[in-house]
Amino acid sequence: MHLGPVDYLILIVYFAFVLGIGWVLKRHQKTSDDFFLSGRSIPAWIAGLAFLSANLGAQEMIGMAASGAKYGIATSHFYWVGAIPAMVFVGVFMMPFYYGSRARSVPEYLKLRFDEKTRAFNALSFATMTLFSSGISMYALARLFEAILGWDFNISILVSATIVLAYILLGGLTSAIYNEVLQFFLIVLGFAPLVFLGLRDIGGWDGLVARLTEVSVSRGFAPGAWTQSWAHLGSPQANPMGVEWFGMAMGLGFVLSFGYWCTDFLVVQRAMAADSMDAARKTPLIAAMPKMLFPFLVILPGMIAMGLTSQAMGDGSFALPAKPDGTYDYDLVIPMMLGHYYPSGMLGLGLTALMASFMSGMAGNVTAFNTVFTYDLYQTYVAPEASDAHYLTVGRVTTVVGIGLSVATAYLAAQFNNIMDFLQLVFAFVNAPLFATFLLGMFWRRATGHGAFLGLIGGTLAAALHHGLTLPAGAMAGIKGGWLGSLHLYPSEMAQNFWTAIWAWSACFVLTILISLLTRRTKDDAALTGLVYSLTPKPPRGHGSWWRTPEGLGVGVLLLAAVLNVLFW
Amino acid sequence: MGLDIRWPMGLLFLLLGAILAGYGVLSDPAIYARSLGLNVNLWWGAVLLVSGVVMVALARRARP
Repeated sequence: MHLGPVDYLILIVYFAFVLGIGWVLKRHQKTSDDFFLSGRSIPAWIAGLAFLSANLGAQEMIGMAASGAKYGIATSHFYWVGAIPAMVFVGVFMMPFYYGSRARSVPEYLKLRFDEKTRAFNALSFATMTLFSSGISMYALARLFEAILGWDFNISILVSATIVLAYILLGGLTSAIYNEVLQFFLIVLGFAPLVFLGLRDIGGWDGLVARLTEVSVSRGFAPGAWTQSWAHLGSPQANPMGVEWFGMAMGLGFVLSFGYWCTDFLVVQRAMAADSMDAARKTPLIAAMPKMLFPFLVILPGMIAMGLTSQAMGDGSFALPAKPDGTYDYDLVIPMMLGHYYPSGMLGLGLTALMASFMSGMAGNVTAFNTVFTYDLYQTYVAPEASDAHYLTVGRVTTVVGIGLSVATAYLAAQFNNIMDFLQLVFAFVNAPLFATFLLGMFWRRATGHGAFLGLIGGTLAAALHHGLTLPAGAMAGIKGGWLGSLHLYPSEMAQNFWTAIWAWSACFVLTILISLLTRRTKDDAALTGLVYSLTPKPPRGHGSWWRTPEGLGVGVLLLAAVLNVLFW
Repeated sequence: MGLDIRWPMGLLFLLLGAILAGYGVLSDPAIYARSLGLNVNLWWGAVLLVSGVVMVALARRARP
């Protein structure tokens, strides 16, 4: 792929704007609240788009397009089942506690609701996880640019890290949020023509279905396996994902999805920065609307790529490259399609969109990390009574250190891929049970600190145990599972992941209840006001029509998601 | 929060739109073979210009 001067010009203009926004915002960073929480002054629509974009890193874009090629339209379950219901739930039911308690972070909510050790466990694992995920995505993107554009790996990492560092230091969370909004529009503007050109090339939706039908049949599936999302989930053997509907709905749709959207501070922080309770509750709901349509922007290109590849004659029409082992290199769907359809000019815009999603994904991780580190670790354990200016300085220093550590992680990932796989696995174990803790914490006042803490540990162990005792089909015992023996064989890695989550959640849920009943409550009803559903006065019903309330909006969003599921059933 | 995001966004879209559309007019039509014969730079540059105008108009209207 060759970039012309006009492509570099577009990229440079974008970088200049990113830094310029940080520069203008610099004047408004006076207190730690400004720096970490944007002074709680962000309007709902901006917080909503940032909520969506913070999750939409470059890896997500590339991964979803790859899944679109590999599994077809069933990938949309990650959106219509695995995101929308959880986003509605966090907005309508959980935001009153997050925002109303004035907690400054998710771990701080755990401290208010339960106790110190539960907060410490969550803060430590979250802080480490954000650093590693920003490092790993930095590594992945630098590798990609090296492969398709021939850019130097070190320079890619240094330039992107420096720009992210500069704009966070200048404008704090506000800078990160503004750039996320910018990224949202760039992705839509940069990718929409790609979908248009791809569809036109393959003969529209009908042409796509015709070609994917051949793909399905040639791989021994029913004709609609790539183009129908639910029809083939009856048994894991009937669909390319190798999952069945119950594991999908419970594992992905309930445990993993609610665990991420409702408890991950990376996204919740965007809503906490909103300018009012009403705006905070609407943040995830506003995010849910474009989120529903994103499959058409990121999954569809993958499906088109698969359809085109199946008919490629080697005459210059689009085809995915094969890896040495003969399988397709699915991760190259987006860059290959950009290179195939975009002339100089649009190519610059497409790459800028990819670059923007990568940088704002990284900035999201860094802003969440510096907040959790400064408030939940530094202020709690190192210097509890310092001045606000002191914490602001610590936040800035933490930003520099955090980005430095992310860069180090990126190089570590380049050296030891196995360590990274292992760490991601451990984080998956820690995250799987989290939603059980929050659910019980928010809706059952009897849940105690000991119950929550031991429940979390138990859930994490259950996840590890389940992973150690099961194996996906065709895998060797080791990092993929089965390191304790093999009691059960799953048809695919995805099915194993979903069921690991289900076991972890259930173990945490049951253990938290049992241990809570056996231990004494340390917080009385008065201390839990604003933190638990039954003890919190309902938020005042906003004036205006019912569809402007979070509840009305939530119902509307769920109905639309249901319609999409039925349309592509 | 000090800066209305619609200003920088609108200006960025206007600038990128002008670059794309300008390049679409000046560039060799042969490069559009890959985009199925469509001058995507010109068309999409125009879309960017319109989005830029809308953003700036919204920002101007909101200014007290």
